[in-house]
Amino acid sequence: MTQAPVDEAAQPAPSSPAPGAPRRRRTALNTALVTALALLSALVVGAVLIAIGDEKTRGALGYFFAYPWDAFSFGWHAVSAAYVALFQGAIVDPSTLSSGDLGRILAPISETLLDATPLICAGLSVGLAFRAGLFNIGGQGQIIIAAIFAGYVGFAVHLPIVLHVVVATIAGVVGGALWGGLAGWLKARTGAHEVISTIMLNYIAYFLLLYLLSVPGFQAPPYGQAISNNVHATARLPHLLGSGLRLHFGFVLALLAAAGTWWLLNRSTLGFRLRAVGANSAAARTAGMPVESSYTVVMLLSGALAGLAGISQILGTNPAITGDIDAGFGFDAITVALLGRANPWGIVLAGILFGGLHAGGLQMQASTGTPVDLVVVVQAMIVLFIAAPQLVRSVFRLRPEQAVGQNLAKGWNG
Amino acid sequence: MSIAESPQQEQIIVREVVEPPVSTRRRVTTGSLLVVAGLLAVLAFGVGADKGSAVFGLNAASDTPFDVTVPAGLTAGLLGLVVVALGVYQLVRGFPRRQTRWVVAGALVSLVVAFLCWAASAGSTVQITGLLQQSILSAVPLVLGALGGILCERSGVINVAIEGQMLSGAFAGALFASVAHNLGVGVLAAVLAGGLVGALLAVFAIRYLVNQVILGVVINLLALGLTGFIYDALMQPHADQYNSPGVFSAVPIPLLGDIPVVGPVLFQANVLVYATYVLVVVVNVALFRTRWGLRTRAVGEHPKAADTVGIKVLRIRFVDTVLGGCVAGFAGAYLTLGAVGAFGKNMTSGRGFIALAAVIFGRWSPNGAVGAALLFGFADALQTGLTIIQAPVQIPSNFLAMAPYLATLFVVAGLGGRVRAPAADGEPYVK
Amino acid sequence: MKLELRGITKRFGSLVANHGIDLVVEPGEVHCLLGENGAGKSTLMNVLYGLYQPDEGEILVDGRAVHFDGPGDALAAGIGMVHQHFMLIPVFTVTENVVLGHEEVAGGLLDRRRARDQVVEVSRRYRLDVPPDALVGDLPVGVQQRVEILKALARDAKVLILDEPTAVLTPQEVDELLDIVRRLRDGGTGVLFISHKLREVKALADRITVLRRGKIVGTASPDASAAELAALMVGRQVKLEVDKGVARPGEPVLQVEDLRVLDPSGTVLVDDVSLSVRAGEIYAIAGVQGNGQTELTEALVGLVRPDSGRIVLDGKDITRSDTDDVLGAGVGYVPEDRMHDGLVGPFSVAENLVLDLYDQPPYGRGLTLNMGAVQRNATERVAEFDVRTSGVDAAASTLSGGNQQKVVLARELSRPLRLLVVAQPTRGLDVGSMEFVHRRIVRERDRGTAVVLVSTELDEVIGLADRIAVMYRGRIIDELPGGASPEDIGLLMAGQSLESAPAASTSAGTTSATSTPTGTSAGNVPTGEAS
Repeated sequence: MTQAPVDEAAQPAPSSPAPGAPRRRRTALNTALVTALALLSALVVGAVLIAIGDEKTRGALGYFFAYPWDAFSFGWHAVSAAYVALFQGAIVDPSTLSSGDLGRILAPISETLLDATPLICAGLSVGLAFRAGLFNIGGQGQIIIAAIFAGYVGFAVHLPIVLHVVVATIAGVVGGALWGGLAGWLKARTGAHEVISTIMLNYIAYFLLLYLLSVPGFQAPPYGQAISNNVHATARLPHLLGSGLRLHFGFVLALLAAAGTWWLLNRSTLGFRLRAVGANSAAARTAGMPVESSYTVVMLLSGALAGLAGISQILGTNPAITGDIDAGFGFDAITVALLGRANPWGIVLAGILFGGLHAGGLQMQASTGTPVDLVVVVQAMIVLFIAAPQLVRSVFRLRPEQAVGQNLAKGWNG
Repeated sequence: MSIAESPQQEQIIVREVVEPPVSTRRRVTTGSLLVVAGLLAVLAFGVGADKGSAVFGLNAASDTPFDVTVPAGLTAGLLGLVVVALGVYQLVRGFPRRQTRWVVAGALVSLVVAFLCWAASAGSTVQITGLLQQSILSAVPLVLGALGGILCERSGVINVAIEGQMLSGAFAGALFASVAHNLGVGVLAAVLAGGLVGALLAVFAIRYLVNQVILGVVINLLALGLTGFIYDALMQPHADQYNSPGVFSAVPIPLLGDIPVVGPVLFQANVLVYATYVLVVVVNVALFRTRWGLRTRAVGEHPKAADTVGIKVLRIRFVDTVLGGCVAGFAGAYLTLGAVGAFGKNMTSGRGFIALAAVIFGRWSPNGAVGAALLFGFADALQTGLTIIQAPVQIPSNFLAMAPYLATLFVVAGLGGRVRAPAADGEPYVK
Repeated sequence: MKLELRGITKRFGSLVANHGIDLVVEPGEVHCLLGENGAGKSTLMNVLYGLYQPDEGEILVDGRAVHFDGPGDALAAGIGMVHQHFMLIPVFTVTENVVLGHEEVAGGLLDRRRARDQVVEVSRRYRLDVPPDALVGDLPVGVQQRVEILKALARDAKVLILDEPTAVLTPQEVDELLDIVRRLRDGGTGVLFISHKLREVKALADRITVLRRGKIVGTASPDASAAELAALMVGRQVKLEVDKGVARPGEPVLQVEDLRVLDPSGTVLVDDVSLSVRAGEIYAIAGVQGNGQTELTEALVGLVRPDSGRIVLDGKDITRSDTDDVLGAGVGYVPEDRMHDGLVGPFSVAENLVLDLYDQPPYGRGLTLNMGAVQRNATERVAEFDVRTSGVDAAASTLSGGNQQKVVLARELSRPLRLLVVAQPTRGLDVGSMEFVHRRIVRERDRGTAVVLVSTELDEVIGLADRIAVMYRGRIIDELPGGASPEDIGLLMAGQSLESAPAASTSAGTTSATSTPTGTSAGNVPTGEAS
């Protein structure tokens, strides 16, 4: 028989168009559009909340049917004031432009990028683990342990200026790596699902921190508050925009980490292996790849990235360790990673966006009294809208695309 | 050699089975752990106890206390030796698989009693009744959260959002009970709020096929943000109006409440606690004895099989998830309306995750989860109780607070046997 | 009850899975639907059973048009289905599985006693013995299928659809199943029997309809010859042989000694197996799925740890080696489930082609990947193996089954091999791809590689093998030369040794009366039987 092979009739034809640059560009545009629409929708939901939270609007709702205009005008006023303050806190306050004082003009950007730093690092941590098929919910614990290690080196040891910060950074990264690696090792050796083990490790780390904050040697005198000793100036990360603004070198580290993560995933043999294990661990195993040790390795790396977030907190932003040194970044990072589609550069952009929301939110609370929790709501809503593209599409009538979380749908059994 | 004897006989004999009773590795691990723990108990609690007796305070009825006095070090040491003996037996021979669980439980109880002996040896009295009472009260939200989680997970939807459901329930309960000046309305609102969050989980997980773990985390964030926002905007500035619901008062049950020891612990609580007891029984019966329960479990194990016999898979999952949310919301109602009396930001502080741990610890069985929740509640009560007792050496409460999480970590790592979720848990059903 | 399909059409996007199908099942008859893998049989059944909605056409029950929104409606109408992959819940008992969906309720609670009585009664009525209280997961496959059939009968099915029921049965179990079907037919039930196995279809059918590429291409009576039926199924005169030259075996490459593999609960899956494969020969392992072949191949490549025994490759002991080391020692492995174990779906064709070599020069040095080398390799392989794809960067999941298998084969054959292990290499492939795969396997053998072929398809085994081993219940029952008859092999597959069997072979072809292999043979294939 020398006939050419015949295509099977029963195979469903691939529904995706021809690959190559045009397709990738179209998908990227599509993604950007969905993200923008999700952001818009989330802000609308936020607006509703602001209106409800505003005293005047609530009062006007009482007589809504008699004179609806009041409710609308008060509501509009509250929402616009809040969102304007958000913008001013995140990007720039136009009133400062005329002053010529660079410090005041750049302050919002500085805050935005400052908040973005740990978000990017922790987001990379979550994203890297995703690509290898693991959920790292343990960012909180990894940040805490990293802060403990780095902070301790920072205040208990005396070293010359550059060396001190380098050693402290390494200590922090090692701490985060160990805490993440522990969960990875447990999964590799015992099959323990990393979601449970990382959540448990979060709490263990948290209580460990609380304990340390009550021990002299770690706790700062006069031992009344749960705060650690101050980190020495020699161990602190240098400022990027002058000492008047808080933005520090951690941001540069975050960008370097993003570049490194991109290279690792796309241009390295280790990354090839991690992606294979994440996409189909059975096939990876059959091809001879060591699956279990891949879990350990990726959790070590993931923990190290979260550790970077931790060191940026203790060696950059904060003077000493407190019980909330992790500031919720461990969980925020999950939303960052989702928004960034587990892709390093997407995560950078997502981190900056959410950093802006954080920074702006503080300004918003200060200026208009709108509780800063609104930002958390907006963040979560953006992700929900992203995660359900059909929802956004059916609302805005766009073309279908692969949902972001779908290929990760797995259960406890692995 | 012909095979055509009795077809049935032939078929039932499957294959030759080479029989290892329990996996050797597990036997050795459990055995060694028991031996080590027992030895530690003997040394730390037996030898390390102060000279003197341990006094355990019990209550016959609410106002006739009686004490049990035992020599502290001796009792602790003996109990430790018992545990060592169990460990040695496990190492050498090994208990049959079924019994191992009970053996470990028994060892755990012995260790705890030994620990209490030691703690009390410096002269203070350990109020057992109080300890057990507090255990139950701490355990109630965990039990309810775990039941909610089980309802959801048994049908195949992972519920990491128990925390968010609880928080929403606590919030709604406080808010609506305050506004309506009626605790019952608050409870209803809490249940509905939990159900609403459950519906959110259900829609995104079942209809939009979002990954359920991520979804749970995001929903928790959303609940945290929303409740925090409204707390700051509404409840805190106007606490009298929006955040003072009050608490259900205790209602002792006439006969049962007078039983020595057990009575004060179990039957002198408020109506929400009694509802919890009922709920435990109801969920058990419903899951294993009703048609709905059979179908739920079928859907959680093999949804395609259920579909082919005409069962509406998606609908069952949806209903179960919402129901699970309702029960978790009820847990939140207990927090505000049964215990504290007002809402505070993030007041659940991780109880939802402990409830999830209880579900896993209990291997997705209602009784197992309830047992685990009771254990965790006991640990919580112990932590508070120890600060009162002057133990020979002060133990940092933070380490005791870690205990439930460490325990779950050990269980998940397989030290208590392989953990097996419902087969289709977490996998969205697509035709 | 008379069941009729008129003009049923079902599309998936641009693919027409069923095109204008007309079919009638009369009460008390067995109507066999014959077709290759991918002909559209399963889709049709899913439409009939209410799992899919037809785009055109209608279903008539006793002359009345009906509409099924879901399986519940089909069940209510009296249609029962026995699925190819059992729809049973392993952790439930037999009783629970049978009553699921129509449970008896007493006072709000499940009526367990009534349910059990019902199961026992139905089981007795149709003479289908099942243990009502056993957990389904503990039962052997043949009994599980009985439970599956009982499920349908317990619902008073008037028409029973059986979808490829014999795929996982031993020949003995197949005969029992055919008896059951005949009894049901005699009792008045209409049966729609779907299969691609000509022998069974000829043995059972009252009427035969042949499906190909979504359309009905003909009807036949059971008297039609196998060759005729095969031609209808495939669309041209099929040569049921493989062009194969004489083997020139060399020294033994693979020696397996007393290999024993256990499953986690202690059951013996591979029971003291010993075999030896020489360079330049194809050693086939035949047997019904589930008799230990999978575990044997997994042990060979290091995916599973044997409990005892030795595996020696070229004199080197690889019993406890990692998969990586085994592959590196010159072993190629084509797993039986290509999408699950052979390819990473979201990865591109190029990436899949270096799945095992990515970390070695020229593709990878240390930590760095050489993307250029990966691309070049992909372009060459795709051309050499004629892989139909929209580009080397296309995701592997977009390829058809045949092309996917070619990618796996290309990857394994792209390095020098001492041993090639292929499991079910042509499962789910169209005839053209099948021929391609067979040719490449023979070519590899002719280059001096030792080949271990594991297959459940008798024609493939008979067509390709130089030596045939039959596995049953974890043991190699016997070894036969390549020209053995299907009857002999079939008997061995059922666990019977050839000596005790009465004159078993009735067709031409060599019969081996002893149990020891007698050396290689030429590739002579009896062409009478087609399945």
